[in-house]
Amino acid sequence: MPKFSKDISIVVGGAAGQGVQTVEAALVRILKDAGYGVSACKEYMSRVRGGSNSVQIRLSSARVPRRAYIRRIDFLLALDAPALEHLRWRIGEGTTVFAEKASADMGGICRFIDTPMLRFAMEAGGNPIYANSAALGVILGVIGIPSEEAETYLTKVFSRKGDDIVEKNIEALRKGHAFGKHAAYAENIEVPLVPDDGKKDDLLVDGTTALGIGAIAGGCDFISSYPMSPATGVLAFLAQNAKRCGIVVDQAEDEISAINAGLGASYAGARAMVTTSGGGFDLMQEGVSLAGMIETPIVIHIGQRPGPATGLPTRTEQGDLNLALYSGHGEFSRAIFAPGNPAEAIGSMERAFDTADAYQIPVFILSDQYFLDAVSTIDSKEIVRLPIRRNIVKTQAEYLRYALTTDGLSPRGVPGYGDGLVCVDSDEHDESGHITESFEVRRAMMDKRSRRLDALRDEAVIPHAFDNLEGAETAVVSWGSNRGVVEESLTRLGSRKLGGLHFSQVFPINPAVETLLSGKRIIVVENNHSGQFADLLVRELGVKVSRRILKSTGEPFCVEELMDELEPEA
Amino acid sequence: MLPFDMPQDTDIAWCPGCGNFPLLNILKMALRDLGKDPKEVVIASGIGQAAKMPQYVDAHMFNGLHGRSIPTAMGIKLANRSLTVIAESGDGDIYGEGGNHLLHVARRNPDITVLVHNNMVYGLTKGQASPTSEEGMKNPIQPDGVIVEPFNPMAVAISVDVPFVARANVSDVAQAKDIIKQAISFKGFSMVDLFVPCVVFNKTNTYQWFKEHTHPVSENYDPTDRVAAFQLALETDKLPLGVIYRNDSRELYEDRLGIGEVPPYKREFSEEAFQEVLAGYR
Repeated sequence: MPKFSKDISIVVGGAAGQGVQTVEAALVRILKDAGYGVSACKEYMSRVRGGSNSVQIRLSSARVPRRAYIRRIDFLLALDAPALEHLRWRIGEGTTVFAEKASADMGGICRFIDTPMLRFAMEAGGNPIYANSAALGVILGVIGIPSEEAETYLTKVFSRKGDDIVEKNIEALRKGHAFGKHAAYAENIEVPLVPDDGKKDDLLVDGTTALGIGAIAGGCDFISSYPMSPATGVLAFLAQNAKRCGIVVDQAEDEISAINAGLGASYAGARAMVTTSGGGFDLMQEGVSLAGMIETPIVIHIGQRPGPATGLPTRTEQGDLNLALYSGHGEFSRAIFAPGNPAEAIGSMERAFDTADAYQIPVFILSDQYFLDAVSTIDSKEIVRLPIRRNIVKTQAEYLRYALTTDGLSPRGVPGYGDGLVCVDSDEHDESGHITESFEVRRAMMDKRSRRLDALRDEAVIPHAFDNLEGAETAVVSWGSNRGVVEESLTRLGSRKLGGLHFSQVFPINPAVETLLSGKRIIVVENNHSGQFADLLVRELGVKVSRRILKSTGEPFCVEELMDELEPEA
Repeated sequence: MLPFDMPQDTDIAWCPGCGNFPLLNILKMALRDLGKDPKEVVIASGIGQAAKMPQYVDAHMFNGLHGRSIPTAMGIKLANRSLTVIAESGDGDIYGEGGNHLLHVARRNPDITVLVHNNMVYGLTKGQASPTSEEGMKNPIQPDGVIVEPFNPMAVAISVDVPFVARANVSDVAQAKDIIKQAISFKGFSMVDLFVPCVVFNKTNTYQWFKEHTHPVSENYDPTDRVAAFQLALETDKLPLGVIYRNDSRELYEDRLGIGEVPPYKREFSEEAFQEVLAGYR
């Protein structure tokens, strides 16, 4: 008689085209509306039909849902036989599997409930395509959420496809729901979660949406980009909100055009950004160097995926830190953010625009497929708002775009605002922005462009310390998307020896970090093959990194796996 | 000093006799004739001797990267449509390195003017073939002469419906100025291919050669006939000068994007719009 107290892990598996992600979208929305804290993440193959994909949904009565990817499955809905095979490594004694009896032999390793989702689909609509709505019904029936909640949702989602489609989906849903409800009763499954009414105001967002919201909050005026998984979603999000928020959205012919158009727009006074993945960013690098030279702000989002080259297009990795860090020829200043949860994504994006404008530099946001696709509820109050400080001055007649100042930052004018002329040059230039080959000027300009790194370093975001880092012997360091998995692992290990430190800004590193890590053994957890951030820590702080826990299979870490790795340290 | 003139002592990096000198004067005259204020004019350029043009014009300047003057100019225009935006570079920059941008920004049709210095050779890198070099031209990289077909900018531009396509020879100051004025005044993406001789590295396509190998389009020529324009663009024994093609019916990219007159830096953040966005995710 399984009872669930804290959180429940639901996994839906099936082929591309079977509507696995439709179930996920429906389930997270319905559960959220019912008052649960919800999170979800997905893994899928680079194909439009077939293969085997899955989504994990976690629901919790806690205000802040656990967001990490975990191995454990409480309820598995398998839409086809390959899904069971694909997910077999995650199925255990505690797993209740809902699948067609004929589909697989689970050898008694779990509780198997023969669930005729296909029959429900055929009865409801005469087409196997409705099996996903039946599956949605099954799980809602098990949890005990009334079918009506889902019916409203399905009506909204499928209304543009016509009443017939809506009705068939609802019919399949009802059949599944009745089955699930009965199964829960017959099998004594209890999901005694008490929804917290205070959560109605929470937002339900994925990483992509959070970054998009952050861009709007950060005053983004312009985006030009070329689609590339997994970073396209940010472009689509801003396109869908372009009219409402007055954002110019341009689909470029290539990434080179995108960043050069972005720099043109920024030069003229827009807050501009681009979004791409590593491969697309390779093409943008000339623009990063240009931004450094002409001291023109630009925000660059790199949604990482495993490389080199085309790599694993739909999978995840943190392999492009060095790419961002060293991109563009020549030497100049930059900043790199790597948010670890949706609220941090919003804040990081705002900070990226602010930093780009304040320091007149290219600023990066590093995310990855896992992060971008992961959905969760967040408390609206977690959204930190920064004022929009454009730092643009009205120019005087004798305006000098690159006037030499003590901090290396010149007042930034834009064409058409004031009496001055705004001249920027990719060649080495004098204070007026015109080409020069004077070694004296070169020396001054190199120093000007580099000097701001000191201020950037002092203002860098202090990493988030958790699980009693201060008193711990060992610091488990992470950056970007690994925040959730490390937090949950450390909480569950409950060892006083281990504390966590998560960096949402990875470059430059605030000097205060030295104190945070002082005297501690350092373990760095990264989703890449060499430990790029560990190398950066060593370089920047001169610390010793004792151990690197790395993974570059294309999958994110799961909590149990990381706990196994950390167990000997605990 | 007249508007757009730089100080007398400005060090100009072009070679004595370079075709860029007459073009510099033509461009400044055209801008003055149009009554433009330097504070409303931005010249975006790429890299090369031609791309140094904005260094010698007293106006706003974005001297960016090789091949990228067109997307840069478009970005500037989309961020502030009240500016007069010119993209200017050489044939290697715009037809070679930036060829893809020419094709696709033409499809978008922002209101910018593209001026291409066509000297049929690479100057700054010292004498290699350019996209418009004639077959057989001997140069350091093709010692036996160029073995690829030259790029036909007029035909390509017409094929992608660049709505204003013209060609001029800097030796004919009056015509070149008139065409540049028309191009800048044109509402939409306008492109002028300008014959600008390189006196150091191109000993074939000289001032004299351009005079002998060009002819103005006839007075009764109708540039709005796209097929006739394409046919004219294919004439290569004598290259036509003038407005080759014109299409006044294309909508501006700025208008299609719904871009207003107020540039972003003067825009107030709309908290209401932001809250509406958030409401969609509650």
